Amino acid sequence: MIPFDFEYYHPSTIQMAVDLYQHLHEQGKRPLYYAGGTEIITFARANSIQPGAVIDLKSIPECNVLAMQKDMLIIGACVTLSALSEANPFPLLSRAAQGVADQTARNKITLGGNISGRIHYREAVLPLLLANGRMVIAGTHGIRVTSIHQVFNQELRLAGGEFIVQVQIDRDYISLPFAYFKKREIGHVGYPLVTLAAFRINHEIRTAYSGVCAFPFRSAEIDEALNDSSLPLAARIELAIGHLPAPLLDNVEGSPAYREFVLKQTMADAVHTLERR
Amino acid sequence: MSSFDADHHRVELQVNGEQRTVRVRAAETLLYTLRHHLGLTGCKPGCNNGDCGACTILVDSQPMKSCLMLTVEAWGKQITTIEGLMGTDVQRAFAENQAFQCGYCTPGFIMNCEGLRRVHPHANEETVRVWLESNICRCTSYEEIHRAVKDVFTLHTDKGRNL
Ligand SMILES: Cc1cc2nc3c(=O)[nH]c(=O)nc-3n(C[C@H](O)[C@H](O)[C@H](O)COP(=O)(O)OP(=O)(O)OC[C@H]3O[C@@H](n4cnc5c(N)ncnc54)[C@H](O)[C@@H]3O)c2cc1C
Ligand code: FES
Ligand code: FES
Repeated sequence: MIPFDFEYYHPSTIQMAVDLYQHLHEQGKRPLYYAGGTEIITFARANSIQPGAVIDLKSIPECNVLAMQKDMLIIGACVTLSALSEANPFPLLSRAAQGVADQTARNKITLGGNISGRIHYREAVLPLLLANGRMVIAGTHGIRVTSIHQVFNQELRLAGGEFIVQVQIDRDYISLPFAYFKKREIGHVGYPLVTLAAFRINHEIRTAYSGVCAFPFRSAEIDEALNDSSLPLAARIELAIGHLPAPLLDNVEGSPAYREFVLKQTMADAVHTLERR
Repeated sequence: MSSFDADHHRVELQVNGEQRTVRVRAAETLLYTLRHHLGLTGCKPGCNNGDCGACTILVDSQPMKSCLMLTVEAWGKQITTIEGLMGTDVQRAFAENQAFQCGYCTPGFIMNCEGLRRVHPHANEETVRVWLESNICRCTSYEEIHRAVKDVFTLHTDKGRNL
């Protein structure tokens, strides 16, 4: 049971949502945009967040789009991870989505919620980082479209009152050869020790990681090291590990030393898979 | 949905084919409403955190963890709980295979499997495996549960409707 009350709104247009946020914020109600609600409900139950109001985005038509328009795939922020995998418009993203939580939870978890969440993993972000996805963002100044790299650095960094309406992916990325590994401590469900998503593009490998550090990331230095064909693979991986952007994660899923061991093996798996393709 | 004040709502729900009206806190989960307002105690609270699947129900034929849904979100949706099933193939298969020990997880497993039948009437082995991963049985009746679910889909094969 959630131990406090909050107000609930479900606007049907982008403008109504932005105006509501502004209004509730001015009243000191600490509003949160609400999509699948799975993180908001579980965090609120544990009393680790206390929003005074939630603004449900699921009735906004633009947030539910899933369509190919010209050379661009458009995915509404409220599309659920199971709908995304079922429709399979971008196979690498489907794989990443299918690795999150479990099938029933994925009927509720949304793409926008996974990108914006607070937990370390946010695995659906990895394909978007690799594909230089663009984010359609609504706020008091209207709609802006910007590269994911401009707004996602360790976490989503939006101005107050902004929310993600859609994600756009260029068609060129959708059918690239890819590799995806999610390695857990045990079983098929649960948070990762290491998740690695990779593309092969113009004979080079491009990688992104979750579970390794306390946030998902893509690193030009790591990719440069992994693509250095003058070195044997073990040396490339050793060099790549030296470029991790933060300390290895240390939690119940695994120690830093174990994670490093699994990460090295996973990097080797990804390189072998993509060199064969 | 009408609003008394912004944090309390009168919500019209379609539960097991009947229209029900409840007055709830906006912060109330559907699991709580079903059990405490409507007396539908078949959906079980386990972890209350989305992990165990004991609270699974169908919302517009899709399995949902009712601990991960606010009641206000369910407005206008068709909700089915275990009380709304009457002698389905899935229920029969669970009984025949004795796919339970204490039975606490059983309604959740049955609702998930019922959802699978509705969404993927021709589910293959891999789809069954992926869907069943959403539920946990702490008595570890997994062998029997798997056999029951397999029976459901094989039955349909025999009738020429599957595989
Ligand atoms: C049982 C379970 C298992 C899980 N396992 C995994 C896992 O293996 N890997 C993984 O990566 N994650 C996992 N998660 C975490 C889950 O993916 C995230 O918590 C995600 O945030 C939930 O999405 P949601 O749509 O329910 O978000 P919500 O709860 O609606 O929102 C989460 C946060 O994002 C903000 N937000 C939501 N939508 C938008 C938007 N469009 N624009 C701006 N802000 C927005 C909200 O304000 C809130 O702060 C798991 C969660 C559960 C419940
Ligand atoms: S009680 Fe809902 S998933 Fe455990
Ligand atoms: S039969 Fe006891 S929890 Fe599954």
